[in-house]
Amino acid sequence: MAQAAPSVITDEMRALVGVDGPPLTLEVEKANCRMFARAVGHTDRIFYDEDAARARGYRSIVAPPGFLGTPVFHPGAAAQGPPGAGRGYSVPYRRVLNGGTEYEYLPENGVVCAGDTITAVSRISSFEETEGSLGPMLITTRETTYTNQHGAVVAKMRGTMIQY
Amino acid sequence: MTHQVFFEDVHEGDEIPQLRKNCSTQQLVLWAAASGDFYQIHYDKDFAQATGLKGLIVHGALKNAFLAQLLHDWIGEGGQVRRFGCSYRGMDEPGQDILCRGVVTKTYTRDGKHYVDLDVWTERPDGKRTSPGTATVTLPGRG
Repeated sequence: MAQAAPSVITDEMRALVGVDGPPLTLEVEKANCRMFARAVGHTDRIFYDEDAARARGYRSIVAPPGFLGTPVFHPGAAAQGPPGAGRGYSVPYRRVLNGGTEYEYLPENGVVCAGDTITAVSRISSFEETEGSLGPMLITTRETTYTNQHGAVVAKMRGTMIQY
Repeated sequence: MTHQVFFEDVHEGDEIPQLRKNCSTQQLVLWAAASGDFYQIHYDKDFAQATGLKGLIVHGALKNAFLAQLLHDWIGEGGQVRRFGCSYRGMDEPGQDILCRGVVTKTYTRDGKHYVDLDVWTERPDGKRTSPGTATVTLPGRG
């Protein structure tokens, strides 16, 4: 441990832990639901066909699991990645890997369907440092809460990002 | 989609029907557009190799979405996916089989809802589990 690389976690980064980031508006639209479902290879027609979805009791085309809408793009604004992608700090590592993702759905609060507008608020849960086979790494865990247009929390996401 | 699995038919240790995937580079580009993840290691071979990778790799989040499909297709119209997720522990390449699998770890009823917990993962042809994770679904009862 005496040989451990110096920490890359700054006071500035520590101050961000647990603080809600700016809300991000996500639009759930039919075409994007279909495209996401097609990219995965889903075969259930509730992700493609409005009539099929309605016949099963849904308001419109259902958002496939893992799809919670497309961020509204503003030209000139900071590059927008997935909710909560790096903001306000930099680390001396060049490479980034997605460490893992977990989605939790609260369908009793509303099944996410085309036509919904979702507000995503993301916060950093923790920064951790470790020495892996790829060298020193920074592991950032984020949690994002997704709230629909009726103010109901419909999903949560926990994601891990590895920088090395 | 017509077959419905019921809670009473599911037991700890049961393996659910497998889902086999094999990504073309075209599918990775489609996923990049659908997910908004445009990191070049998934579609620009020169870029991927410059970062030290052997070649293009499949997006971790796409494998997670495959696991969600595995669950969605199993639970039928009467079930709901409540939670799913995995860690990205190993890389998968385009053009190589990705086998999605799940095994039931626990079944329980709470507040009238029938829950099933599972271990889920993606597996390479060499048997390595590249995306181990867990999930929870609800299933209808025969009631």
